[in-house]
Amino acid sequence: MNGTDALLKVDGLTRRFGGLVAVGNVSLDLRVGEVHAVIGTNGAGKSTLINMLSGEIAASEGRIALERSDITALAQPRRALAGVGRSYQRNTIFAEFTVLENCRLAAQAATPRPWAFWESAARCAASNQAAHEAMEAAGLTAEAQRIAGTMSHGAKRQLEVAMCLATRPRVLLLDEPLAGMGAEETERMLALLSRLKASHAILLVEHDMDAVFRIADRITVMVNGTVIATGAPESIRTNPEVRTAYLGDEVPA
Amino acid sequence: MSAAAPMTSPVLPSLPADRLTRGLLVPAAAVAVLAVAAPFLGGYASDLVVKVMILAIFALSLELLVGMTGLVSLGHAAFYGIGAYVTVLASGDEGGNLLVLLVASMGLAALYALVVGALSLRTKGVYFIMVTLAFAQMAFFVFHDTPVGGGSDGIYLYVRPAIGPIDLENRLTLFYVVLAALAGTYGLLALIRRSRFGAALAGIRVSEQRMRAVGFPTYFYKLAAFVIAGALAGLAGCLVAARDGVVNPELLAWHNSGEVLLMIILGGLGHLRGAVLGAVAFTLLKELLSTHALVGPLADHWQLSLGLVIIAFVAWLPRGLIGLVQRISPEGSR
Repeated sequence: MNGTDALLKVDGLTRRFGGLVAVGNVSLDLRVGEVHAVIGTNGAGKSTLINMLSGEIAASEGRIALERSDITALAQPRRALAGVGRSYQRNTIFAEFTVLENCRLAAQAATPRPWAFWESAARCAASNQAAHEAMEAAGLTAEAQRIAGTMSHGAKRQLEVAMCLATRPRVLLLDEPLAGMGAEETERMLALLSRLKASHAILLVEHDMDAVFRIADRITVMVNGTVIATGAPESIRTNPEVRTAYLGDEVPA
Repeated sequence: MSAAAPMTSPVLPSLPADRLTRGLLVPAAAVAVLAVAAPFLGGYASDLVVKVMILAIFALSLELLVGMTGLVSLGHAAFYGIGAYVTVLASGDEGGNLLVLLVASMGLAALYALVVGALSLRTKGVYFIMVTLAFAQMAFFVFHDTPVGGGSDGIYLYVRPAIGPIDLENRLTLFYVVLAALAGTYGLLALIRRSRFGAALAGIRVSEQRMRAVGFPTYFYKLAAFVIAGALAGLAGCLVAARDGVVNPELLAWHNSGEVLLMIILGGLGHLRGAVLGAVAFTLLKELLSTHALVGPLADHWQLSLGLVIIAFVAWLPRGLIGLVQRISPEGSR
């Protein structure tokens, strides 16, 4: 079932914290054109999984491949430059900067030129271009000059994703992008995700089950750090093991 | 300026970080005033201004770390002291070449900063403070307890540095050299602030986690800032040795690191002007509070009155003196 077209391929990924196995032997792949949702109860290991995929923490075992190159040992910044972008569950935007500055700074990682101290960061054409595209995509163009910290929660979540987009990643690892969002903001974010799907491989960790079942092309269910099921939304919805372990009555009919 | 602003969104006002020329207007005017006034200053005033300018360079170098990068170092005096000792030790009995001494003192201070930074930047927060302090203490005891630099008494500089017609034995020449060094340091840091490197440092100050997530190798950025800050502190050290004609281990002592930290806090963190203002205010306060003619017997206890004044400052001006300036004229105080 694993075609060669997987952009990010994860094999037997494990992370132990002392005696605790936070993530055990997880394998999955992400393809362009697909939203792959990972669901599970709190403590199921979803955030640890994202942290390992983005390189924020090292894997104890297993292998991560981007296209065909092994990136398991790459440090987080190198992995980001290779095309693996992530957003955070808790906002990590630069609250005191404007929206444009936030996006431009993120984009700047691709053309850093740190030694060129005589060049203005604000006039970096490449970063500005990428920043404007990211703001456009996330629907933040009108807010470009707003101080990020003064925006609504929903707009901050959009910026969280926009900053990720500004780095022009091919793989998007999104940690609960819908957390705390209102209905209208959720719709906007889902529309953004479906647009991004065409050109990105997306891993979505999300608690909003309605949203997950609407947008996901594949769903992986984690319980206690291990995968208990992977498949199309329909098969997950009807999977008896998943129902008892996690979904319960939450599954939309 | 709007021509340089980018495409898709038409009405971008120029960003504050990009107002370099406007931001340098007041500092440039101050430099011009000092340059014109220098020949008319008396011995005491000239000495005091030179001292303040050297401390301003020292404070600016720490501002790069604390205000711009968010790295609170409590060992910055080590680089200042190393710059000063190198100047004296490399001068010999006939005096040294100013350019060679500047390069040597900045280079060795930068080298020590590379070692200290490489190790200390693996830690964060209060541990970083402790490790930088520990490395500074090590340097202090090297000069204090070994014969390298004359032990606790220090050593004298017999002849001040010179190069061609520029001879620091001449008070006015010293003034202009120090003024040029201050202007150069300020200009360099102003450029760095608006550059991509500076933007990355600002990002690291706010959220290092996010900076790594978008692809910045933050450790190397911080290390570069640490080394530049060390070199600039070494520059200040070289100049203070030339001014005083003597160096002793007190230059590297931890309370000297504390004082320069107080200066930039007093002036207002996050602003180059704050660092300069802080150096001016701190030196003047110290001078005033230890003058018998002004404060009577309290002058013997100037540390006490200085401490009280600083507490008052922090309580009423939490954003430093620069906050006061901004309150009076909100425009262009960046």
